[in-house]
Formats: sequence, structure tokens, C-alpha cells
Amino acid sequence: MFDVLLARWKQGHRTMRYPAGPPPELPERFVGRPTIESGKCKVECRQCIAACPAGAITLGHSEKHVELDTGRCLFCRQCQAACPSGAITFGRDYRLAASERANLVVRDATERAAVALSDASRRLFGHSLKLRQVSAGGCNACEADTNVLGTVGWDLGRFGIQFVASPRHADGILVTGPVPENMRLAVQKTYEAVPAPKLVIAVGACAISGGLYADHPETHNGVAGLLPVDLFIPGCPPHPLTILDGLLSLLGRIADEPQPAT
Amino acid sequence: MSTSRPLIVHNGHAFPLTDCPVFPIEQFRREVIGGVTAGARLSAMFAYPHQPGAKRLLAILARADEGNMAVFSTDVDSDYPAITPDCPQTHLFERELFEQWQIRPVDHPWLKPVRVVAHEPTTTEHAANEFGVPVALPPQTEVGVAVALPPRTSGCSSAPDLFRMSGEEIHEVAVGPVHAGIIEPGHFRFQCHGETVYHLEISLGYQHRGVERAMLGGPTPRTIHYAETLAGDTTTGHAAAYCRAVEALSATRVPARAQFARGIALELERVANHIGDLGALAGDVGFLPTASYCGRIRGDVLNMTALLCGNRFGRGIIRPGGVAFDLDAGIIEQLRRQLDAVERDAHNAVELLWNTPSAMARFDGVGTVPLRICEQLGLVGVAARACGVDRDVRRDFPYGIYRFTHIPVSTWHTGDVFARAHVRWLEVQRSLAFIREQLDALPTGPVLETAGPLKPEHAAVTLIEGWRGEICHVAITGGDGRFVAYKVVDPSFHNWFGLAMALRNQEISDFPLCNKSFNLSYCGHDL
Repeated sequence: MFDVLLARWKQGHRTMRYPAGPPPELPERFVGRPTIESGKCKVECRQCIAACPAGAITLGHSEKHVELDTGRCLFCRQCQAACPSGAITFGRDYRLAASERANLVVRDATERAAVALSDASRRLFGHSLKLRQVSAGGCNACEADTNVLGTVGWDLGRFGIQFVASPRHADGILVTGPVPENMRLAVQKTYEAVPAPKLVIAVGACAISGGLYADHPETHNGVAGLLPVDLFIPGCPPHPLTILDGLLSLLGRIADEPQPAT
Repeated sequence: MSTSRPLIVHNGHAFPLTDCPVFPIEQFRREVIGGVTAGARLSAMFAYPHQPGAKRLLAILARADEGNMAVFSTDVDSDYPAITPDCPQTHLFERELFEQWQIRPVDHPWLKPVRVVAHEPTTTEHAANEFGVPVALPPQTEVGVAVALPPRTSGCSSAPDLFRMSGEEIHEVAVGPVHAGIIEPGHFRFQCHGETVYHLEISLGYQHRGVERAMLGGPTPRTIHYAETLAGDTTTGHAAAYCRAVEALSATRVPARAQFARGIALELERVANHIGDLGALAGDVGFLPTASYCGRIRGDVLNMTALLCGNRFGRGIIRPGGVAFDLDAGIIEQLRRQLDAVERDAHNAVELLWNTPSAMARFDGVGTVPLRICEQLGLVGVAARACGVDRDVRRDFPYGIYRFTHIPVSTWHTGDVFARAHVRWLEVQRSLAFIREQLDALPTGPVLETAGPLKPEHAAVTLIEGWRGEICHVAITGGDGRFVAYKVVDPSFHNWFGLAMALRNQEISDFPLCNKSFNLSYCGHDL
């Protein structure tokens, strides 16, 4: 018993102050939200499109306007390296989540759109959100960095958010992975077993769009084609801070003011 | 090729396909069975189309005593006499062969799909004695890979049958595919008498994403990303295996500094996962102090990996030709500082676990895998070393940095949950010491060479000791230097059956603990 108390004293209090205090320090080489300056683009260049391993970059309304879909992006920065004119830059903004699929697409001077539930939903879930996690073809990276939110450093429980052992106890499901055909029925049944009203949260490029596994005949391009998604959290995998920011923004637990792209 | 002996190759060396002998099936079977009997392990066995419509079966035997691998092949058409009855190590490879290529291993004792999922699993009645224990386990293996009656399944498209016991007071428990925590999906079917598990059948495939198929025709810009997500918790392990295959096939020399950086990334991955597992094991027996501390410390180790490349799982570090990120003085200093903190805190957290008799009582003698079973199944990694098997790719088939700096192999002899926990802790300490040593000895120079095109009609086999155990990648190129076959064997592919054996005669309530003590990959198995 004495040893247990001594260890507790030595390990110290580790829960971060965020969101009351500053967010935890991100590594120097952290890759966050990209920005595009199409003014620098050269016509007929398309080198970023060719360099992207995930097919996340496409041409927008004109030859000079590329669009980057963070819902497919692996954040590998191959496009940034390939671009001869420095039109694509990945910054350090970890706030990537969106409540509309279309808002994940970064264009010239895109502002980050607000993420929030309706007032009615917020009243229901704002102080207590129980989620069932369904890994559907996830590689265990998104799963691991969702799981880490339960550790003492992040302490997800202090926000009333908890992962529960039955869909019957849940207010929604958090899905990772591209949803293989072999998991389609399990995802649908889990969703149906959650009592309404309910939320669907897609974490990671795979769950949002299929990511690297998009258009594989074995998968379903993520959960968005199967279920109505309320929150998209991009990344491969997203940093735990990105996931937490998405969840708290959705519940209105942190200020969610749209910010200009920097 | 007229030679009648297997080709001997080394870990990560390319060889022309024509050097690989093609044996008649009888000799192929003899070589596999004889090699394994003589102490080798089957690292991979798979078929690939070597000409349109013609399938060739390739076997790779890892010979730890010699530090090399025996490679040989045979041409198969529609069926051949199964090897499993004489050599249980082949059981899952032969099932996979049947599933992928409809090549039937005749008299395979449990021929059912590996990755095809039945949405409503059905079961087959099997004979049982008066205690409900399945009768007529194949006497020659003792492993019980199989049961007496063949499943109803006759082709790959039909629902996989599950083994079932019957008798008074026998009951069945079904778990999954969706589990109660944040874990990947898989189905577990227990045959129980009271609380005691007589048989556990593990039915996977829910994570099948078609990775191996997608890697054909590569390398493309996507291929390295497929390798990094084969099992996301083993990003650097699988990326290293892939990159070494590409480097072997393109005769690319990896700079010394990159070898050091790879070693650091690989060992950080091991430390992070092992510490996480120790915490999770403590959590599964309800000992929360160690569970809480280790959960947090694991995150700190992931953050050290993020110092290297920005990503907590090591995405983007290892690339064909070396590493994509160099370590500067600031990062090295930060790593050193954090190594000290992690070592201090982990020591404190894990010693607490060892010194708590009520927690240890739940580890001792639970989920024991006998040494004989471990050897028959060819288990790898922590699961094998916890049975007392002195087996580690880093020592037996050294590659990269491990050719110059050796990590002592950690073993324990009891084969139970305690052994698997204890081996993890020994490995954590040795890996931390290794990382510190590499940071002190980091050579100067470049970290990345350009990898050229791959040699046509060549093959390379790479072995890596991932944190779960032996990772085996086999790359075969066609006439255009593109992959015509790419085989991935995650350590989990060897070890899942070990978990089933660990559950024999255990209480069903110990399943979560046993499962965590193996902590195998679902997506690495399902690919």
C-alpha cells in the first residue's frame, strides 16, 4: 500500500490543463492543416496531383485552382515537396475537424468552418457523450490515438465523454477504417443498436473517404457512404489533440471560432 | 533448374528467380517437413502466378542455426497432399492457399477460409465424448489444429463453419467481431463446460482491405504507404521490411547514419508498444496504478517517435534508400532527456506491478503455452521467447544496425501471462539502452540514397524483428521490374493459434488477459 502511494507521488499529476490552459506542445515536425496559394500555381503543372499517393488533390473550377481534400490526405507532404512554386504549405494548425464533408476540402484562402451540433443536440450530448468505437478496417493507429485520450494525460472522462462496452449504452459510434465489406454488416448493426438520437463520428482518412484504401473492391470508402456522419476528423492518423479538439468543438465545449487560413 | 537442393539465401539479399529450384511436389513436402523437423521454421509459404494460368508454390524456411534461409518451390495445379498433418506450422498457409488460389491441400484437417467472413456463422456438430471433449484430435500433432471431421465447407465462397462441441452442460460463447473496447474486430468462439474453455476458435478476416493485391504492379508512390499501414502499430517494422526488399532488388546501399536512425525508430516502436501492453495487462487484472502510468508513458514514447518525423507512429521515417528525416543536435538532446524520464517512470510503474502479489497471482500460471506446442506451431516474437525459445531475428538473421550492435535476446521459460509480460519488460530495458547507445555513436553522413529501378525477375526475402515478432516480406519482380507477387507475413499470422492454445482448460474470464498478453494484430493478419 505504501509502495502504491509512493509511486503515485513520484509519477505526479499528469493531466494536461487544456482546454483551460494551453494545448500540449506539438513536436517540431508536426504536420497540420495545409494551405494553398493558387496565385503561385503554374498552368498545366499538376505536379502536386501526380505526387499525391492518396489522390487527395484535384483540379478545382479552373486549371489554376487545385483543391486538397484533407479527408483523403495522408499528410505525407509529397505535394509540398513536388510543388515547384511553393503553392502548397502544411502548417501547424491541429484543428482539422469538420461537421460537413465539403468543409474538409482546402482551396485558396479557405477558412476553417465552424464545427458544432444543433442547440438541441448540444443540450442532449454536451455534458455526457457515450460512444461505441467500431474499428472497421482501421490499421490500429487511429484506434491507438483514440484510446490514448482515455489515459491520465488527456483524461477524456473529465469532459463526460466515455467509450462504452455496448451500443445500447451509447449515444453514438466512432468509426475508424475504410469499412471492409467484411465489416459492413457489423457497422450497420452496431449503428442500429444505438438508441436515437445518435451521432456518427468518422476518425481518420480511411473512415472519411477510404483514404489510401479508397476504391479497393474489398472496402466501402469509409463510413460516410453507409451512415450519416456528424463529425469528420481527418489525419493518418489524426493526432490525439486533433481528435479531442473535434469532439470538444462538436459538443460546444471549446470556443469554435472560424479562423482565417494562415 | 536441375539442382535438387534448396537455394540458400540471406536476409535481404536479392536472387534471380531462376536460381530458385522447382521440386516435384513429393520433394517439396519432404523439404518442408524435414527442414522443420531439423529445427527450421516456416517463415512463408504462398503461391504466385509465375506464368499466365500457372501457379508456383514457394516456401521459405528460416534456419536460425545457420543464419540463412532455404528457398524452394514446386508447381501446383488443383490439389496436392496436405503438409499440415505432418507439419502443423503449415496449417494456416495451406488454408490461405486454398482460399486464394483454390489449390486444395488434400486431407488438410481443418480446411476453411482464412479471411472470408460469414455474416451469420454456422457451426458443425462434432463428435464428443461423455465430458463433451472433442474426440479424435489428430494424434500425430497433439496441437489440435484440427478436429476429426472435416467442415461442411467445400468451397471458399460458402460460410465458414466453426468447430463445435456437444454434450450435457456444454455451452458456447460468441464474442465479436465488434469488441467492448477500442480494439480491432475479430470473432472468437468458445466451447465451454462451466467456466472452463475446452476450445477457442478464432475467426478473422473482418479487416481484409486487399493490401497484398494492391501492392502488385508496384512500387508506386502508394506502396510505401501500404507498407506503413499493413499494421499501423508496426509502421516502422513493416516499412523497414518493405524498404529492405526494394533496396535488395535495386542494389541500393543504405547509408550508415540511416541504419542507426532506423534502429532507433524500430526500438522506439517496440518500447512504446511493450510499455502499453504492460499497462493494459495491469488494467486487465484490475491493478490500476500501473495501468494508468504505463498508458501515459507509452504516449511519451510515441511522442519521441514524433520528434523524429512529426508522426507518433513513425509514418514517413523509413523510405527506400534510408530515412527521410535526419536527427539534428536538438532532437538528439531531447531524445536523451526523454529517454531518462521514460526509463525512470517506467521502472517505477512496472516494479510496482511485480511487487504486488495480488496482481502477480493473476499472471502466474495463466494462459500457459507449453514449449512443445510453441515449437510445433512455430510461434514468433515475445510469445515464443516467453516459452523459453531463444529466437530473435535481430540476432539470428541480423540486418542493418543489428549487424554491428547486438541486443541480448530476452527469454523466460514459463510460457504463461507472466512470462509474456516479463519478456516485454526485459526487452523494454534493453531497447532503451540500445537507443541511448546509438544516439551516442551516431555516424555522420547522408541519410538517404536514391533507390533505382528493381531488377527484373528477381526475388528478395526480408525478415525484421517487429515488436510482435518476425515480419517476413517476399517481393518478386516480373520482366518489367514490377512486383508480380508481394507476400506479407505479419507475426500475428503465426501467433493467433498460440492464443487459442493458451486458452485450453483456462477459465473463460481469463480470455481478455490472455488476449492482451499476446496482443496480436487483426489487420496484419487480414491484410
